[in-house]
Amino acid sequence: MTIEPREPPSQFVLRLKRAVGGRAGWNGFAVQIIFVAVLVWLGYEIVANVRANLVTQGITSGFGFLKNTSGFDINQSLIPYSGSPTYARVLVVGVLNTLLVSVIGIFLASVIGFIVALGRLSPNWLLSRVAGAYVELIRNLPLLFQILFWYLAVLAALPNPRQSISLFGGAFLSNRGLVIPKPIGEPGLEPFALAILVAIIAALGLRYYARRQLFEKGAVIRIWPYVIGALIGLPLLSMLVFGRPVIFEIPELKGFNFAGGSRVIPEFVALLVALSTYTASFIAEIVRAGILSVHKGQMEAGASLGLSRGTTLRLIVVPQALRVILPPLTNQYLNLTKNSSLAVAIGYPDLVSVFAGTTLSQTGQAIEIIAITMGVYLAISLITSAIMSVYGWRLGRSLAA
Amino acid sequence: MWNDNCTFPKTIPRKALPMKRVSLAVTVALAAGLTSQAASADTLKTVKDRGMVSCGVSEGLPGFSVPDDKGNWTGLDVDVCRGIAAAIFGDPTKVKFLPLNAKNRFTALQSGEIDVLSRNTTWTLSRDTSLGANFAGVTYYDGQGFMVRKSLKVNSALELNSASVCVNTGTTTEQNLADYFKGNNMKYEVIAFAGADETIKAYESGRCDVFTTDVSGLYAERLKFTNPAEHVVLPEVISKEPLGPMVRHGDDQWFDIVKWTLFAMIDAEELGVTQKNVDEMAKSDKPDLKRAFGTDGNLGEQLGLTKDWFSRIVKAVGNYGEAFDRNVGAGSKLQIGRGINNLWNKGGIQYAPPIR
Repeated sequence: MTIEPREPPSQFVLRLKRAVGGRAGWNGFAVQIIFVAVLVWLGYEIVANVRANLVTQGITSGFGFLKNTSGFDINQSLIPYSGSPTYARVLVVGVLNTLLVSVIGIFLASVIGFIVALGRLSPNWLLSRVAGAYVELIRNLPLLFQILFWYLAVLAALPNPRQSISLFGGAFLSNRGLVIPKPIGEPGLEPFALAILVAIIAALGLRYYARRQLFEKGAVIRIWPYVIGALIGLPLLSMLVFGRPVIFEIPELKGFNFAGGSRVIPEFVALLVALSTYTASFIAEIVRAGILSVHKGQMEAGASLGLSRGTTLRLIVVPQALRVILPPLTNQYLNLTKNSSLAVAIGYPDLVSVFAGTTLSQTGQAIEIIAITMGVYLAISLITSAIMSVYGWRLGRSLAA
Repeated sequence: MWNDNCTFPKTIPRKALPMKRVSLAVTVALAAGLTSQAASADTLKTVKDRGMVSCGVSEGLPGFSVPDDKGNWTGLDVDVCRGIAAAIFGDPTKVKFLPLNAKNRFTALQSGEIDVLSRNTTWTLSRDTSLGANFAGVTYYDGQGFMVRKSLKVNSALELNSASVCVNTGTTTEQNLADYFKGNNMKYEVIAFAGADETIKAYESGRCDVFTTDVSGLYAERLKFTNPAEHVVLPEVISKEPLGPMVRHGDDQWFDIVKWTLFAMIDAEELGVTQKNVDEMAKSDKPDLKRAFGTDGNLGEQLGLTKDWFSRIVKAVGNYGEAFDRNVGAGSKLQIGRGINNLWNKGGIQYAPPIR
């Protein structure tokens, strides 16, 4: 009597079962099918209901309104907004204004946050107490209150345009904002920009070469004199050959306000200052936690190699701390972007103010407009966290190597 | 394979299942809530069941809708809602006032949160058609104007080139402003705020040279300034702003009740019926008064109200002229003249169809 070896169960069926049913097997599969069906049905019911109710009440629906003329003005726009702008253009203007304050805010918040964190960790008693006081004061006050504070403080402190404060004869500061000379392109602009581009590429190439020399041969090459020389010399050369790249349009007082020049509105300044200082207080704590999470032996090892405190921090501690810092830092960046919607309180024309606000009440199409606005914020947030994930992945790879 | 050598995760699926059920129940409730919306088209019945008229008003515009220090609302727009409550319940206090800003007022009406929007809202074609709502009449014929500081020495709106203008966002004001400056080839900077109070504060702090809204609003807001005499309203009126109450589409009976409450106030002034003489006039033998007071016919019942609906309204809020004087006219701080808001037979354009 021969013993037949038992046939192993088909791997394919097993894998399928596991993929669709999870650990519960085929039962889990059935539950999932039912669950998905119920979700689809509910979604359909909600959409159908809303649509039917809108039709019964005679409320206009659909996205056709985006092509209509908006008929109102916006005081800060990165793209041309005049003539007969459509609601679609209002949307773009709003998104760009939100992105502008978010991107600059994220940059400033990171810089302030890192500086405050290092200050708080500093052995200097006064510096660390000042940094600690900053964190405890700023992060414990409501953001909306801080935005209003900066707005009213900025407005109250500044004079009206006729008594504006002149800075170097060309820029003027008043309660209408900061007016600065506006650069206007001349024929020499293109070669000038090209020269800067060439200088940057050359500098990056030089850095790459220097690093390879360092890693392969241990040779330390001093590149910064060449880099600075290229960055200043090449554009200077282009100016000598092709003439000056820009002329500046000096603003002058005409009637009520300044005419000419470009302007930074006080609403933008107040929002930017409030958002970046507020978020910086959280970032400071995250960075401090990250640096403290690196074993102090690393700092001692750096010191025993003869590295200065700054160099040890920069080359040894911070790269390791970044692994801990990055995920909560991403949260803060997302918060800053979403908090920028508080702009509506001080009349800064961000997405919520001009699109989910003015456009909504002009057209009355709440469902479409709120859906678009949510979609935009979701997209901005997902892109931000994707960028941070890629950075985190590269960081992890370089630390592992 | 992680569950083969770990013991603790086995409890997780058991916990996860009830979570799913909860969120499922919430979703079902949400869907059911959306369905029930369409069924409640009978606003009068809803109002009677609730025992209150839910009325959307401004966040505080003197003369039109403003709460006093005890939380009692007064104003011309408020009186329309009180008139409706008086017509239905015989009691002008049975109103729940909901303060709304210019941005969220239409959404509150569309969603059924309020029964009537009586909030200095301008009647325009697009609002009448695309919002799913109807205007029930005109309580106040207004127009848009400009206010500036006296120290600027500006005498006309045509001298406002390059000015900064503070405006409340989501209003017809914002659009008229763009039209006016474009039409006169003038440049300007607009700073738009979501709330009326923020707009005023920015103007007062010097952020803007000009504050613009309906002329009645300019006079009303000026009262709130620390020094009202420093500000001047320019003579130009740049738009037509007929302000009136709004109701949802799809309930004609309720539309009629709101419309005829306002008409009753205007007709009462024309008929000479006032808050004081209403009981006396109810005994009159004049045919038009008998029809209005319900001693002849059943006009009130045709509206879905009672026979004495007319006297209920006048007793509660007075006739249109009385309400005007008390809130915005000679008897108020605003001191606005009747102007075009006078009756049609006294040189104005206020006119109501006859009660018959």
